[in-house]
Amino acid sequence: MKQAEIVIIGGGPAGLCAALSAAKSGSNVLIIDKNKNLGGQLIKQTHMFFGSEKQYASKRGIDIPEILIDELFKYKENVEIKTEATAVGMYEDGIITVLEKEDNYYKIEPKAVIVATGAYEKFLSFPNNDLPGIYGAGAVQTLMNVYGVKPGNKVLMVGAGNIGLIVSYQLMQAGVEVKAILDAAPKIGGYLVHASKIRRMGVPILTSHTVKEAIGNEFLEKVVISEVDEKFNRIKGTEMIFDVDVMCISVGLTPLNELLALRGCEMKYIPQLSGIVPVRNENYETTVENVFVAGDATGVEEASAAMVEGFLAGLCAAAKIGYKPDDFIDRKNDYIKQLNNLRSGPAGKHILAGIEQIGR
Amino acid sequence: MRIEEHPILKFNKGKMIKFVFDGQEMEGYEGETIAAALHAAGVKVLGKSLFLHRPRGFYCAIGNCSSCLMTVNGVANVKTCVTDLEEGMIVEIQEGRGVIV
Amino acid sequence: MFEKTGIPSAEMIMKKFPPIERINKGAVAVIECYKEIPCNPCETACKFDAINVGEDINSIPKAKFENCTGCAICLSKCPGLAIMIVDGSKSKDTVEVKIPYEFLPLPKEGQFVKGLNREGSYITDVKVLKVLAPKSFDRTPVITIEVDRRFLYEIRNIKVEV
Repeated sequence: MKQAEIVIIGGGPAGLCAALSAAKSGSNVLIIDKNKNLGGQLIKQTHMFFGSEKQYASKRGIDIPEILIDELFKYKENVEIKTEATAVGMYEDGIITVLEKEDNYYKIEPKAVIVATGAYEKFLSFPNNDLPGIYGAGAVQTLMNVYGVKPGNKVLMVGAGNIGLIVSYQLMQAGVEVKAILDAAPKIGGYLVHASKIRRMGVPILTSHTVKEAIGNEFLEKVVISEVDEKFNRIKGTEMIFDVDVMCISVGLTPLNELLALRGCEMKYIPQLSGIVPVRNENYETTVENVFVAGDATGVEEASAAMVEGFLAGLCAAAKIGYKPDDFIDRKNDYIKQLNNLRSGPAGKHILAGIEQIGR
Repeated sequence: MRIEEHPILKFNKGKMIKFVFDGQEMEGYEGETIAAALHAAGVKVLGKSLFLHRPRGFYCAIGNCSSCLMTVNGVANVKTCVTDLEEGMIVEIQEGRGVIV
Repeated sequence: MFEKTGIPSAEMIMKKFPPIERINKGAVAVIECYKEIPCNPCETACKFDAINVGEDINSIPKAKFENCTGCAICLSKCPGLAIMIVDGSKSKDTVEVKIPYEFLPLPKEGQFVKGLNREGSYITDVKVLKVLAPKSFDRTPVITIEVDRRFLYEIRNIKVEV
């Protein structure tokens, strides 16, 4: 059995910041990530981030992992990293089981754990939604921005939230034609600056529209869409057909946190946080002592908030196991202030409403 | 289907290697995943559904959804969206659940 | 309508533009940030105290046109690519407009390209005067175009035909 002080599951924006924060406080940290490279979904975010300087605003997402990893290197005697290692279990006795590469299976007994496992893409139901060519928007981002492969030639984007808008823009940067962006909601869900920059490229954004069906034999050939009324019922006679070989589904994410449920943390369904999330206190500690959470695993939000949550959870987890730095209160207040600032506008309203229901 | 030039990114591709997909020789780059190499070669159908035998492609591309399972070098249920391509790999569309051991 | 289509109304656009007298004096930023989002790099980037967001980073940036030099640093720093520079001091008939442009191929200096409005529709041909892509712009090139003055409030994008 491997012993560890703080184990961080997931090396994306939240996990990297948690590791950095805990290591800075003097704790040893062990990062476990199932991927080959750290950075999580940052590695495909070619656009500049929002937020303020402290959350690396105006930097491109793809450049942030390097900044964080360089920073982490300052504490390298405190940091151990396991990539291509999947945390497959986390049990009531606190033990984490890990499968590293294909056949190295071992147990870890940590003093504290921070679960920063992120989120996964939701799906949409319509006839023939299983045809190849219908991909998650994040999948298309991986294909083109990590591997340099175009998903196809003509794309229909379903979902006008930030991911749908950003991926549409990135598709155009990769030289792929985006026919339209549709969304069942009556208003664009993503930031309107993103919407405007896509609209002025000539791409129509069709709010109050949904997918009626996909058509194709072996793979996607056409998509039929139709308008919906205020109750989201399809309006007959409003059908439009798009000849596309790719349809991207970008209808939101849902927290990926089964490890916490397995560990026995109290979980709650909170629609505003996009799914089932752990009950936690303001230190991001769950109902199980020394089990912390950060990032999308605690509610789907922007990466900027995930990073600050990571910093806060890392600080608090380290303090909990005996590494309480002199500037603990200052750091904690700063992180809380940053989070409040990110969430205080209209774009953060639903997040605050969600958090109100999980605080303990 | 490959991006030749990009305003933001530079792709550092590995060397070109050969692999076999359903008996057909194909090429891809070292360091990319099997699913990415297949997609670049125009292959979108990676499998068949269990009961209705409907075509299956990848969906999430990050190893979460299992829509891209294929038989690779005789091993069933390999997540091809997160498995690196290797020289000489034998990649096959899988029938049914596949056989383990 | 803006929230349904992403296209701001003429009225919304006019509110973001400085008075024409200011535009005719020289280059000045037009910040088309219409909705509160948590974001303030424009304020951080400006060395001339010409953009103010304030303590609450959700506030809409306010431009102080009298301080703006039209330096265009904010153009490449705005994650929403919401800022452009207009300059009416060069000629009676045309205006110079600077826009961020993150696509390939980049236009060439001297080339005529299609000028597009906020819907992405063609409005007029425009001449490319400058293409700036220094390292500090971090892969967001800034293109200076010469546009017929009639289209000052309409021009927002270009299309480079291959």
